[in-house]
Amino acid sequence: MIAQRLPNTAAIQSKGWLLAHKWLLARRFSQLTILALFMIGPWLDIWLVKGNLSSSLTLNTLPLTDPYVLLQSLFAGHSLEATAITGAAIVIIFYLLVGGRVYCSWVCPVNIITDFAHWLQQRFNIKAATSISRNYRYWLLAATLLLALTTGNMAWETVNPVAMVQRGLIFGMGMAWIVLFAIFLYDLLISRRGWCNHLCPVGAFYSLLGTHSPLRVRADAREQCDDCMDCFVVCPEQQVITPALKGEEKSIGPVITSANCTNCGRCIDVCAKNVFHFGLRLNNKIKHNKPKQNINNHTSHSTGAEAL
Amino acid sequence: MIQQSTSRLPDSASRRRFLVSSARTAGGAALAGLGIGLYSQQSVSLPAEALRPPGALAEHDFLSACVRCGMCVRDCPFDTLRLATLGDSVTIGTPYFTARDVPCEMCDDIPCVKACPSGALDHSLENIDDARMGLAVLLDEENCLNFQGLRCDVCYRVCPAINKAITLEHVSNIRSGKHAMFIPTVHSDHCTGCGKCERACVLDEVAIKVLPLNLAKGELGQHYRWGWKEKEKAGGSLVTPDTQHKYNLPKDQRYDYEGEGLIFDNEASNDSPFSSDPLSTLNQGMKEAP
Repeated sequence: MIAQRLPNTAAIQSKGWLLAHKWLLARRFSQLTILALFMIGPWLDIWLVKGNLSSSLTLNTLPLTDPYVLLQSLFAGHSLEATAITGAAIVIIFYLLVGGRVYCSWVCPVNIITDFAHWLQQRFNIKAATSISRNYRYWLLAATLLLALTTGNMAWETVNPVAMVQRGLIFGMGMAWIVLFAIFLYDLLISRRGWCNHLCPVGAFYSLLGTHSPLRVRADAREQCDDCMDCFVVCPEQQVITPALKGEEKSIGPVITSANCTNCGRCIDVCAKNVFHFGLRLNNKIKHNKPKQNINNHTSHSTGAEAL
Repeated sequence: MIQQSTSRLPDSASRRRFLVSSARTAGGAALAGLGIGLYSQQSVSLPAEALRPPGALAEHDFLSACVRCGMCVRDCPFDTLRLATLGDSVTIGTPYFTARDVPCEMCDDIPCVKACPSGALDHSLENIDDARMGLAVLLDEENCLNFQGLRCDVCYRVCPAINKAITLEHVSNIRSGKHAMFIPTVHSDHCTGCGKCERACVLDEVAIKVLPLNLAKGELGQHYRWGWKEKEKAGGSLVTPDTQHKYNLPKDQRYDYEGEGLIFDNEASNDSPFSSDPLSTLNQGMKEAP
């Protein structure tokens, strides 16, 4: 019943528990801190941040607005106030730099639940094999914008579970627990990593936003790889690792360039051979085949193909 | 020839597979989109007892603008506003208040509007008296105490625009035959829809309710004109001029159209068989009665 070997066993042995969970802990800390900053207002009357992830005001000065919500509003035919536009611009610049799906793995509260579902699957060897195309989310993203355009209201925001859950935690859940539980069950029993990596148009939007972000995971020490497959098991978007890790013969550089990579850093944690590390997208050249040559085939080459 | 066909076959097969899977994915997304669209269309009908904060755009525009951040809720000093949650009949995540529970206190500085980052609450609203959250309507005349001739007046007293948004109109009380009734009457050019009257109504079930403007207000057909207003505007009748009614009166008698009525120029010339005092006519023959 219980899986034979958890994917971080080797890493714990070689690096110790703490280092084998470094980025995971950092991520949970980030997710919970962001949530806490919103919640200490209503709970403890300490108002550092007001609002929610759709739009917020920090320390009464810094406005932040979800650019996806802003986009839906534009499609629905409303031109937002300057405050919202400024807020969205700040958010856009941030994710352009650090990678769009950092939103998913470092901010979004639903990720904690879907990660938990995935952890249970591994722990208890639960198969959830329904396969849905990973591109479904992009089609759904297009559908939500089309809906805003045709109905004149932000139709997606009436069902958006990500906003619903985060807003619910801060302002009162109502029946949003049901939606969260449904996503949990869906991920646990029906489709592996089904919500975040196949359906969620919010993640799809942030994927596109961070297509060219400079901050990436790199597999610079890929010749060290002993094919233990631990990184593939933990990676929420497995397909993004392959070109960077195994692409040496095909002259593919060591940078994970896919916009679908969430920069969660879990592969860095579980690799006992320290193959991965966070780095910049620049200097994505092949080390061994063409050493010390001036062919800097960075960015443009591999990004476009992987992005969608 | 053979080389060509073998190299093309897997190509077209994979292309077919790609097209099929793309079509399937797109179809799935379209189906989901249709579901979301239908659901959202159903969930945008605002129940009559839910009122939007001051300065809210018209409902359809409001729903295209509101980002559901809840900052108006946070900056409301009286905890009047709520964000709708899943299961409420109000569109999820949007702010509203229920006047019977907590009415709007009409803050002079309108903090909820200032807090709105999206313009769903119109920042051009600077005087709270110009807010139109709804319109109070005295719905139940059968149970309103004032309509029974009692002096309840509570809605009138609590109104922040007393004597402007709600006035008391005097009407004779037919039941008692000698008293007046003080009828609370709402005037839309002053009522902000704050809901204080609805909150204060002493009945178990309110007689006066704030309704959204589209429910509370009637509207004249576009092509109709009020004749007397057009006449005033034009400075005279726009159609055939009014003919003055002519009475064929006996000599020395005139008719005053301004309200005086029948005027006798010469009392002596009054050769009517009836006395000028109508009572003497009515009492005719009474004195002779046994």
